[in-house]
Amino acid sequence: MVTTKRTSFNVTKIRKDFPNLRVKVHGKPLVYLDNAATTFKPQCVIDAIEKHYKTGTSNIHRGVHTLSEKATLAFEGAREKIQKFLNAAKPSEIIFTRGTTESINLVANSYGRAFLKAGDEILISEMEHHSNIVPWQMLCEEKGCVLKVAPINDNGELIWEEFLKLLGPKTKFVSLVYISNSLGTVNPIKKIITAAHKFDIPVLVDAAQAVNHRPIDVQELDCDFLAFSGHKLFGPTGVGVLYGKTALLERMPPYQGGGDMIASVTFEKTIYNVLPHKFEAGTPNVADVIGLGAAIDYINSLGLENIGSYEKELLDYGTAVLKKIPSLKLIGTAKEKVAVLSFVLPHIHAHDVGTLIDQEGIAIRTGHHCTQPVMKHFGVPATSRVSLAFYNTKEELDKLAKAILKTKEIFHE
Amino acid sequence: MSSDAKNELYQQVILEHNKKPRNFKEMPNATYFAEGYNPLCGDHLKVYVHLNEAKVIDDISFVGDGCAISKASASMMTQSLKGKTVPEAKILFEQFHSLIKGSLNPDKDPNILGKLAVFSGIWHYPARVKCASLGWHTLNGALENKKAITTE
Repeated sequence: MVTTKRTSFNVTKIRKDFPNLRVKVHGKPLVYLDNAATTFKPQCVIDAIEKHYKTGTSNIHRGVHTLSEKATLAFEGAREKIQKFLNAAKPSEIIFTRGTTESINLVANSYGRAFLKAGDEILISEMEHHSNIVPWQMLCEEKGCVLKVAPINDNGELIWEEFLKLLGPKTKFVSLVYISNSLGTVNPIKKIITAAHKFDIPVLVDAAQAVNHRPIDVQELDCDFLAFSGHKLFGPTGVGVLYGKTALLERMPPYQGGGDMIASVTFEKTIYNVLPHKFEAGTPNVADVIGLGAAIDYINSLGLENIGSYEKELLDYGTAVLKKIPSLKLIGTAKEKVAVLSFVLPHIHAHDVGTLIDQEGIAIRTGHHCTQPVMKHFGVPATSRVSLAFYNTKEELDKLAKAILKTKEIFHE
Repeated sequence: MSSDAKNELYQQVILEHNKKPRNFKEMPNATYFAEGYNPLCGDHLKVYVHLNEAKVIDDISFVGDGCAISKASASMMTQSLKGKTVPEAKILFEQFHSLIKGSLNPDKDPNILGKLAVFSGIWHYPARVKCASLGWHTLNGALENKKAITTE
């Protein structure tokens, strides 16, 4: 981390780094509160991608010409930045994917198919994103494994005793979300990993909503796999990361076959490349990996500790502002949570809220947030979700409250 | 889109049907029945149709959970279909579909939409077109004996 000391967070200055914040919607200044869906990109990320395409376009790991060498260096440089960002032991433990979803699918397909068998149990939680449910269901269907689901309470927190009860000799894999996208709940991930390791169960951490809010140290957590997406970390879409421990990645068969993942190919036998290339078949997303590297430099320059404390301030303010709105009900009131505020209004569907506050230039997510089991738990078809980033302000939250009150007025509620 | 567009979408008649949906009940003896889902938002409707001996819709109802647009649309659909034959219902379905996609102008093109013309502004909101069509797609599925319909 570049800086961990508390400094006053200069939001006005930071906002200038994000050109997308200057957009107007319906003639009004955009208030972007949908950061759990995707985040805006700072100019330096856009510049890095543009620079690659304008002056550095080349494939990597192949040519000996100057541009190819430069692109390879930039690409592998980004891998090292991510290694340091997560404090992974080696750069080769960082696998580039298309996003969190592909990272989880990689583990389910490679590790799951090779090492899980009929009757083995896979443990997830009730608050998982569909991307951490469906790949495991597909695996269960194919291999005859059994999916177990740890329940949550009405605050949207994992019920620890129930989770422990579900861990046992039959459990062969645990895949859990670090921070819930629809509730903001922060799971006690370190405790979860320690508990699973008592039974020698590998743990995958879905960190899609965590990497942008708090520092992560994979060695300290001792997680076996960790997945995240670049676009939720102020980087480009189409690039994500799978971290895996070397010992596990070495044992796992490739996920996809093709170029770059081989050491040698004959029609009789192919010898696979070493890590991380074994899991990176085909030409990777060079430009966006470089862009993600730039995003990580940017985050480091602000400091995740500083980001976290500013966002906590926003969360407290936003919670207070929303609680003042008569009949509004917050969904997800965990003690440990990040700046995500899901809410429902009786008699007004989330989509109507979304459309009406969009009229005020405010962007929020409305729907089930790819977490239908969570919606079922709370007995609602959908929620309105406000998700904040460090470039949001208290003034924006005031505008949100005003727009919600106006919506209630239109609906005579 | 300004405040005019907003009024165009959330007109009083829509808000009123949302609050007090008509024919909002299950129908155990329905001739046709289907369930409709909108995977985008999790909305879920059931539509029931009863035909009399003359093959006229003498009862039609719906139940479910949805936004104001989908609820009001389904509610007004049931009102406008009572007393119609199945072929007439199909014509209305086609016209309503054209209306919400913006390819039918209720003031210029010949139509039998009546009150349903209130949904004419919805094509300005592409994300909401499916809300207005969920009830109708479910109805169409019911009439074609498809039990589960999705708008995706």
